[in-house]
Amino acid sequence: MTTTLPAYDDVVARYEPVIGLETHVELGTNTKMFCGCPTDFGGEPNTRVCPVCLGLPGSLPVANKAAIEATIRIGLALNCSIAEWCRFARKNYFYPDMPKNFQISQYDEPLCVDGYLDVEVNGETVRIGIERVHLEEDTGKTLHVGGATGRIHGATESLVDYNRAGIPLVEIVTRPIPGTAALAPEVARAYVTELRDVIRSLGVSDVRMEEGSLRCDVNTSLNRPGEEWGTRTETKNVNSLRSVERAVRSEMLRQASVLDAGGRITQETRHFHEDTGDTTPGRSKETATDYRYFPEPDLVPLAPDVAWVTELKAALPELPRLHRRRLQREWGLSDLDMQSVLNAGAVELIEATVAAGATPAAARKWWLGELSRRANEAGIELADVGATPSQVAELQGLVDAGKLNDKLARVVLEGVVAGEGSPTEIMANRNLEVVSDTGALTAAVDEAIAANPDVADKVRSGKVAAAGALVGAVMKTTRGQADAKTVRELILERLGVKG
Amino acid sequence: MTDLTRMTASELAGLVAAGDASAVEVTQAHLDRIAAVDGRINAFLHVDTDGALAAARAVDERRAAGDGLGPLAGVPVAVKDVLTTRGVPTTVGSRILEGWRPPYDATIVERLRAAGTVMLGKTNMDEFAMGSSTEYSAYGPTRNPWDTDRIPGGSGGGSAAALAAYEAPLSIGSDTGGSIRQPGAVTGTVGAKPTYGGTSRYGLVAFSSSLDTPGPCARTVLDAALLHQVIGGHDPRDSTSIPAPVPDVVAAARLGASGDLTGVKLGVVKEFTGEGAEPGVTAAFREAVDTLTKLGAEIVEVSCPHFRYALPAYYLIAPSECSSNLARFDGVRFGLRVGDDGNRSLEEVMSLTREAGFGPEVKRRIMIGTYALSSGYYDAYYGQAQKVRTLITRDFTAAFTQVDALISPTTPFVAFPLGARTSDPYQMYLADLYTIPTNLYGGPGISVPCGLSEGLPVGLQVMAPTMADDRMYRVAAALESAVGTFTPPAL
Repeated sequence: MTTTLPAYDDVVARYEPVIGLETHVELGTNTKMFCGCPTDFGGEPNTRVCPVCLGLPGSLPVANKAAIEATIRIGLALNCSIAEWCRFARKNYFYPDMPKNFQISQYDEPLCVDGYLDVEVNGETVRIGIERVHLEEDTGKTLHVGGATGRIHGATESLVDYNRAGIPLVEIVTRPIPGTAALAPEVARAYVTELRDVIRSLGVSDVRMEEGSLRCDVNTSLNRPGEEWGTRTETKNVNSLRSVERAVRSEMLRQASVLDAGGRITQETRHFHEDTGDTTPGRSKETATDYRYFPEPDLVPLAPDVAWVTELKAALPELPRLHRRRLQREWGLSDLDMQSVLNAGAVELIEATVAAGATPAAARKWWLGELSRRANEAGIELADVGATPSQVAELQGLVDAGKLNDKLARVVLEGVVAGEGSPTEIMANRNLEVVSDTGALTAAVDEAIAANPDVADKVRSGKVAAAGALVGAVMKTTRGQADAKTVRELILERLGVKG
Repeated sequence: MTDLTRMTASELAGLVAAGDASAVEVTQAHLDRIAAVDGRINAFLHVDTDGALAAARAVDERRAAGDGLGPLAGVPVAVKDVLTTRGVPTTVGSRILEGWRPPYDATIVERLRAAGTVMLGKTNMDEFAMGSSTEYSAYGPTRNPWDTDRIPGGSGGGSAAALAAYEAPLSIGSDTGGSIRQPGAVTGTVGAKPTYGGTSRYGLVAFSSSLDTPGPCARTVLDAALLHQVIGGHDPRDSTSIPAPVPDVVAAARLGASGDLTGVKLGVVKEFTGEGAEPGVTAAFREAVDTLTKLGAEIVEVSCPHFRYALPAYYLIAPSECSSNLARFDGVRFGLRVGDDGNRSLEEVMSLTREAGFGPEVKRRIMIGTYALSSGYYDAYYGQAQKVRTLITRDFTAAFTQVDALISPTTPFVAFPLGARTSDPYQMYLADLYTIPTNLYGGPGISVPCGLSEGLPVGLQVMAPTMADDRMYRVAAALESAVGTFTPPAL
């Protein structure tokens, strides 16, 4: 299709978007949802399985208490009410990566309901309504071999790995989010970011989008002002925070072009493509399966003890929003400065760097400066740039000790990012330490004075600013390994001028 | 020496414990009997000769070493093919699992092994336990030892017939709507359905999860109680298992055997007497009621007005659950796979596998259940049936405020001829008319032989409150002490 898409500003001037997000989080419990198999990522295919998670005839599920606890904590952190009594339900459909051909999930009786999450976008707080948080089991993974697309169509063989089957999965569903106008893509991203941070702060999942432990489906619709909400599409395969934003934006543009042309939006599932940034249709919801939900008869109802829930609530950690406010105070940052830290995804990195001994200012300087620049250039998340908070703190320590100057520190950082080792090791291996041996420095200074008699005369005659040329010459002969300030003082001393 | 196959389980256990017979001798006697008669009965789908003899030898060795033996050590048991047995074929009477050897033992099988019982093999059943005659087995019907032209009941016809034919002194059944009790009644043997959750379902290939209850079958009430004690009790692998000790059913059976029911109040279910039952069944039941009165029991009539809705409610709940439970049989991971020729799609292979692997009754119930759970129909069918289930439970709880246990005939008719009811599913379903309410309620029920009608056995059913399984054993044992056991004609 070569339809030209309308301009974004134009789209949001004529249409109002409504978005909604369904997020799946794989819990980091030691064992699966309904059996004792281990859950860690990786492992040879079909090695972390047993009769229960393979759905062998006769096997029965037993609910994992740690997973229930984690879900309740997520619900509490999202300001939800916790059901005093609820049940699991079977969602029936045939698919080979689902061992029983039904998924144990929750239907009309979720564990947590009616909450909200406040997120900040451009300094403003947007309250996102949470409809429900429920617990279910993950499916296996299917690999289609032999086809051109990697999809089932055209494949000659399909392989299934059930290691993931039965891993506890929490589904978090927002209420529809209207009224965000041009900010809809950013709100979507901010929500998923905040949700990820909340869940990470609870320690119940590693919430890594690239490993699939945090997965996001984005619902989008457009309507003309004053009209009813439009038909929504559900975009799947949104595998990074950046993609969340791009997927909403792309779907808004696509839907606007369809509506502009007098067409109507089909309620369907669409797939997001990281490479092109656009979406293509998946299965149509108009022929959607009837899942024939009914209460799971193999499990007894869940009735979390009220006292236990109260205890869990009291023990919740400081949630990211409050945590950030505290950090902002401690670091002495303005709202604007804090916002740039947030936008860079640097809060936890700076916090860890400070914990490793750096001052907040120095930590912020490295993460927002040199390292952000590198992350942006490589198109990766700041956390994946290749330097750890403790390495950054160590680097700053070397600067503070006078062993590195700013320029040398950048060179060392380059080595850190390249994986050459710790800053101290790199400094030693590459022989980058500041030359502090005054004897050697004095020799270099004398040499520079001798080589530039005119400049030396100017300085002697009071034109102190001219000393810069001599400093540059010394720095050149010492390959930048001298401390410029020390060199300057030395030059002035040798020329008998007071600095 | 007396014929070991004619002895009760408790007698055999006594012989083995005393060293008067070895477990191997006991086992071999039963294997020989199976070899001699099972061609005519077809009670077994698989006889595990090597496994049985090895288990028997292990018991003999333990005894020789002076190790303590359990109460049923060395006693052979036949296991309904609905329970998984590690390395031993488990078909559930279906083509779709032909050749499948499970990698794990059901909890009940584990407990049987731990108790030193000897598993002879796996018994025939209606496919996926759906049926009342064992005619829906994919491996041919089991025949009733009382008259081999008649059905042995179902779905556990194999487990009941094996007892009546003296191929095994004990067997395991599973009861979803009467599949232990009804075969017990029509073969003149004892079949007990424990309280739901009183016996573990782990490893029981599910038909209807909220109803399925594995339980003991035997030729005497005491034997059934001894087996119940061994297999019962909490299992952490089954969430619906009740975390409480097994009621003392063995003591209750011994107490009942004294023949004194003074102080016991029994309710005859008004709705289950008279119309619907064969006259011979009604007559035998009435006579048994008189006998119970003579034993000291107080008899009153109790009305359970909602029991008449039990059958229709059952035929919505059980098929609904089965439509979901049986979805996993798709040819992907185990059992039969049909049409996988490299050209067909996954959906086609799944569909061909299920078409070829399931028999007509299973397909009927999957279709009924799929329909009943469909959006738009759920409330009218599944939802409504659950309400009926609540009303039936209330009938039971109300009745148990008046009486200690309820009694009725186990089934409206004696063993019918093979083929007599296969063309009309409803006529077949009526076989479980009196047993189904207990399953919907979740309480225990036992069928004990109470007489004959035209030379064929009639069973009396005792129903007790949940977790009061001991009460039904006491009443059943008392009746047994008065009427005796029933021996079929020689094969």
